[in-house]
Formats: sequence, C-alpha cells, structure tokens
Amino acid sequence: MFKHLKQLTSLVAMIAVVFVFTTEAMAKKSKTLKNTQKKGFVRCGVSQGLPGFSNADASGNWTGIDVDVCRAVAAAVLGDANKVKFTPLSAKERFTALTSGEIDILSRNTTWTLSRDADIGLTFVGVNFYDGQGFMVRKSSGITSTGQFKDGISACTNIGTTTELNMRDFFNSKGIKYEPVAFEKADEVVAAYDAGRCDTYTTDKSGLAAQRTKMKNPDEHIVLPETISKEPLGPVVRQGDAVWEDIVRWSLNTMIEAEEYGITSANADSMKTSDNPAIKRLVGAEGEMGAAFGLDNEWNLRIIKQVGNYGESYKRNIADTGILPDRGPNQLWTKGGILYVPPAR
Amino acid sequence: MNNKIKKLIPQILTILFVVLIFGFFTMNAQVNMDNRGIDFGFGFLKQEASFDMQFTLLDYDGQDSYAWAYVVALLNTLLVSFLGIIFCTILGVIIGVARLSQNFLIRNSAAWYVEFFRNIPLLLQIFFWYYAALRALPLPETAEPWFGVTYMTIKGYYIPSMIWENLNVFLSCLIAAIVSIIFIRIYARKLQEREGKQLPVFYISIGLLIILPLLSFLIGGVKLDFELPVLKQLAKTSFIFEGGIALPPELIALVVALSLYTSTFVAECVRAGIQGISKGQKEAAASVGLNPNQILKLVIMPQALRIIIPPTTNQYLNLTKNSSLAAAIAYPDLVLVFAGTALMQTGKAIEIVGITMLTYLTISLSIAALMNWYNKRIEIKEK
Repeated sequence: MFKHLKQLTSLVAMIAVVFVFTTEAMAKKSKTLKNTQKKGFVRCGVSQGLPGFSNADASGNWTGIDVDVCRAVAAAVLGDANKVKFTPLSAKERFTALTSGEIDILSRNTTWTLSRDADIGLTFVGVNFYDGQGFMVRKSSGITSTGQFKDGISACTNIGTTTELNMRDFFNSKGIKYEPVAFEKADEVVAAYDAGRCDTYTTDKSGLAAQRTKMKNPDEHIVLPETISKEPLGPVVRQGDAVWEDIVRWSLNTMIEAEEYGITSANADSMKTSDNPAIKRLVGAEGEMGAAFGLDNEWNLRIIKQVGNYGESYKRNIADTGILPDRGPNQLWTKGGILYVPPAR
Repeated sequence: MNNKIKKLIPQILTILFVVLIFGFFTMNAQVNMDNRGIDFGFGFLKQEASFDMQFTLLDYDGQDSYAWAYVVALLNTLLVSFLGIIFCTILGVIIGVARLSQNFLIRNSAAWYVEFFRNIPLLLQIFFWYYAALRALPLPETAEPWFGVTYMTIKGYYIPSMIWENLNVFLSCLIAAIVSIIFIRIYARKLQEREGKQLPVFYISIGLLIILPLLSFLIGGVKLDFELPVLKQLAKTSFIFEGGIALPPELIALVVALSLYTSTFVAECVRAGIQGISKGQKEAAASVGLNPNQILKLVIMPQALRIIIPPTTNQYLNLTKNSSLAAAIAYPDLVLVFAGTALMQTGKAIEIVGITMLTYLTISLSIAALMNWYNKRIEIKEK
C-alpha cells in the first residue's frame, strides 16, 4: 500500500518538474533576471579597490562609476539601487567568476577586445569609460616622455590584463629591452613601484590617476602624456542570456541618455510632464519601454532617481574626488566627447 | 564459483559508480560550456602567447607559442623547487644535527629555529621576505658591493657571469674525473674484500676533482673570464646593473622562504633518524674497533637514512607544491604565467587548469619515484 503511494508521489513530482521546465521555456524570460529577483540582489563583480571606479570605504560601502552600473541594474530590476552584492575580483579571477555563474555582471574596468568578446563566453554590453594605457614615473627621474625610456627599464603591471600585452607591443615597437614585473593585485603593483622595485608603472591612465592617490607621496609621481592603446572599459555579462544582456546594456544607456536630455536625479519626477517624447520615454511616462525585458515601465525612472545620470555619477566619483576632473573623451557627443548611445525608443 | 561472483559484484559496482560520476562531471561541464559558447580544445597551445616574462632560463619571446610559454614557466617552477630542495636539505641536516649537539647554546638555538620557522604560515614568510626584507634593500646606485663584485639591490642580486672558452674540454675533464672516481671506488671495495686493505678513497676523489679540471686550464686551452655587473643610468634617478647575471628579488624571496620553512621539517626528520638508532649500535661498533668517523659512516648513517628518507620525501613534495605560492609575489612560475596570464588571455580555464594539475602531479610522482628508488637501495636487504 505504502509502496504504491511512494511510487505515485514520485511520478507526480516528476510530472511537476517536467511541467515547470516546459512552462519556463515557453515564458522566454531571462533566467538570470528570474534568479536575481528570487534572490533579491544583483550579484556584481568589481575591482579590489580602484578609486573612482569601484572602491569600498571603511564601512564597506562601494562607490564608483563601475559600481553605479550595477546599482542602476538593481534599481531597474529590483527597485532598489542598494540591493547589490559586490564581489571584489582580481584581474585574473574576473572572467572565470562571471562564466562560472558566481556573479551576473562584471563591472570592473574591463577592456572590450575582440578575443574576450568572441572567445571566452562573454558579452560586452557597452562602454562606460573610454581609456588608454599610459605610464607613470617618479618625477625625480627627470623623464617627461616615453621617448626617454632606455634598455633595462623595469615596468610593474597587473597580470591577466590587456596592459601586459600592450606593454610588450609598445616596448617591442620601440626596440627597448624591458623587465616586466607582473603582480596579481593592483595594490601589490603600486607597492612594488612605490618602493622602487620598478622604474615605471603602467596601466590604464584612469587607473594611474586613481592609484596615484594611494601612494606615499602622490606629488612625487607623474603620468606621462603618451597614450599607447585604446582601452574602452565597460560592463560584461555571460553569453547566452540575451534579455539580461539587454537589461544591463540599456541600464547603462539610460544613464548616458538621461544626461544628454538633462534629466537628473533631482528633476526626474518633474520630467514626466515634459513636452519632449524622448524625455518622457526615459522616465517611463510614454511607451512600453520595460515590457521587452519583462520589467515595469518605470525601470529607467528608478535608475535616474536612485543612481543619477552618467554626468552625476562621473562628477560624484571621478571629478569631485580629484582623480580626473577633466572628462576628456568621456563627455557627451554633443559636447565634444565620444559618449553616444542609441536612442531609447 | 558462486562465491567468486559474490566477491566481484561490489568491485564492479564501485568501478561503475566511479565511471558514472566522472561521466556525469564531463557531461555537465560539456553542457554548461556549450550553453555559454565556450569550446573545448588544445588548439590555443599553438597560438602566439604575446606576453613577456620577467625571468626565463631559456630564450622566450612574446612571439612564441603558449606551449613554449608553458615549458619556460615550468622550468621556472622546477628551478625554484630544485634550489629549494638543495638548500632545505643542507640547512635541515645542519639544524637536525645541531639539535642533538652537546652544546647548550647550539642545541637550543636550533630548537628555536625549528619552532619559529615551522609555525608561521609559509605565505606570510614569503610576504615577509619579499615585502619587508628585500624591499628594505638599497637602490642600485647606493648599493655597496658584496665580496667586491656582487650587488644586492631592491631590483635584484647582480652577480658576475662566467664567459668560458673551450667549455666542452673543461666539461669532459670533469666527467672523466667523476667516471674515474666511480671506478676507483669499485676497485677500493674489491681490494678491501679481497685483501682487507683500505684506500683513502675520499682524498683520491677530491684530488681527482681538482687536478683534472685544473689540467684542462693549463694544457687544454680552457679560459674563464668574468663579466662584472656595471652600473648603468637609465634616467636622472633610476639606475640598473648591466652585464653579469641578475637574480630577481622574487626568486630570492621565494627560495629563501621555501628553504627556511621546509628545512625545519627536514631537520626534524634528520633528528628522528639519528635518535632512532639505539645506543647499542654505536657501542657495538666501537667495540669491534671502528673509529668515530667509521661508526657514523658505516653504522649510524645507513640505518638512520632508512628512517629519514620517507618523511623527507614528503617534505620535498610539499616544497615543490608550495612553490606555486610564487604567484603571490610575481615570480613567473607555472601558476602565475600559465594558470594566470595564459588562462586570462585565452579563457581556456578547464584545459589550462587541467594541464597545470597534471603537471604538478607528474613532478610530484617523479620526485616520489626517485626517492623511493633511493629508499629501496638503502633499505635492509633481507636474505
């Protein structure tokens, strides 16, 4: 009697499982989105501390423009920009953490390259900072340009980065013999350079500017004017979840377009009654802009209200902290920069 | 018959279970990799590595393949392990013997040494040597020479390099010396067995080792010059040494930390081995008229080694595996270069981690095989 009951229950359970799977497949909803909503927080991979991009303060609050991308996604899909779990990752760990499903967004000053996009099972969703690789030297060395580099120079950098490859291209093209000293953590690189282990420290220029603030005596170091590479930095997601990819891409795009239309965290609500339909679409007052993602219509309004537009984020994290007061290429296309995103419509 | 089958069934089931588990893991990995658009394969090994390495034993350039980068990085790992094993053995034997010294000061300092270095985590010791000890060294321009020609600086230890002329003549002389020593030893043993006479084999060996290579200098046309490291200015305040051989501080810190740490365990093995031989052996040897030197060489050591070798093998294996901590201080070993940079550039996580694991397994098994062979050779031959 009981034996049969057992068999019956297992049969029912099996049917239920099959049913759940088929309905899930039919709903075409993003698996990552579903999991995120179930967990109640966005799992976001960040750096181990890069001021202006992703940096934790003494009480564990993360700030930075990379952090803001994750906060924007949290605001869009969960309604609260603070519902993010940050995982600090080294350059070496970052992609494995993402592809293995430990995190759902990698927003960690990561350069968009062909091989990364195509090979590793990742998808880059956009650019939130246009950067280029540079060199830092001690002021006292009298070096003012990379043209003064000589054979035997030692260069400190991170492993697992495009920096390591660009560095080789650069020194090879100039015919300079150099000693690469590559560490896993950015802090180790800075400490080694600061102690005199290396003559120069090379990474993205934004990184140089940010790390300089961590040194014993920041004024003793200068960043050389030459830029040796293109480093478009942006958030990355796992390949294979197109809806999640779109959510992250358009969360970033919303921040940039909001700045273009002058929508800020302060005036976002009042913009609902604007005459401009483009603005109204960005604050959820016109069209069905969230339906395609499986979100409500005010997802973008929440991003702007809780995180702010790109300009606010840049000012708060990078300009006001003295890292790079000049926005350079990271200015809107309408103001002489190259920030240009597709329209939200 | 029936009994046989009964015994076989659990075995077959166990094997089936293991195969199924592995099959499940493989399939799971395959399905997940397919889902994420990652393909499996070793084709990347032929691709250009396109990154440079700080320190290599063989010629390596970024244009070389990932496979070659693997070989070069593996050699760096083997170098550290080799140096570590040699130094930890020398240190370990000295400390182990010192712990049994009659002298209060020597005995206790050795005990303190052991307790101190074996009770601090190895990673911390590596950090200490690299970040504290070696970072406190002077910059090249202010470095005082050691022994007149070598320079210890924050950028590394610079020593003269040797420039040989007719190196092959010198090497053949050296090999000839070693071969003749082996023959003399065999002859000496036979002589003793037949006539009871003893040859001063040790002094003859030393003599041969010195005289034959010396002859190669005098009449073989061998010449040895030294290239000294010379200070070179790169910019107003940055200098390096050029010429000679540069040992990077990362290598030094790693070898020092690994040797000091592992030597404490080797010392304990040595102490256990010597203490494991009962006093009666020594007294019996003395009573048949052997002198103290012979007692140590012929009676104590052969027995002590049997106790020392197996646990010391473990320590050598530990040292080799611990050398992977190199990644923490930028020494370009297998883990940092291959399981680090190469993995990041190619994204072939499963392949690369698999290769790396297999490599360490192979190294460890080879060391174990070598030590087992040696252990077999010296163990009691029961007749």
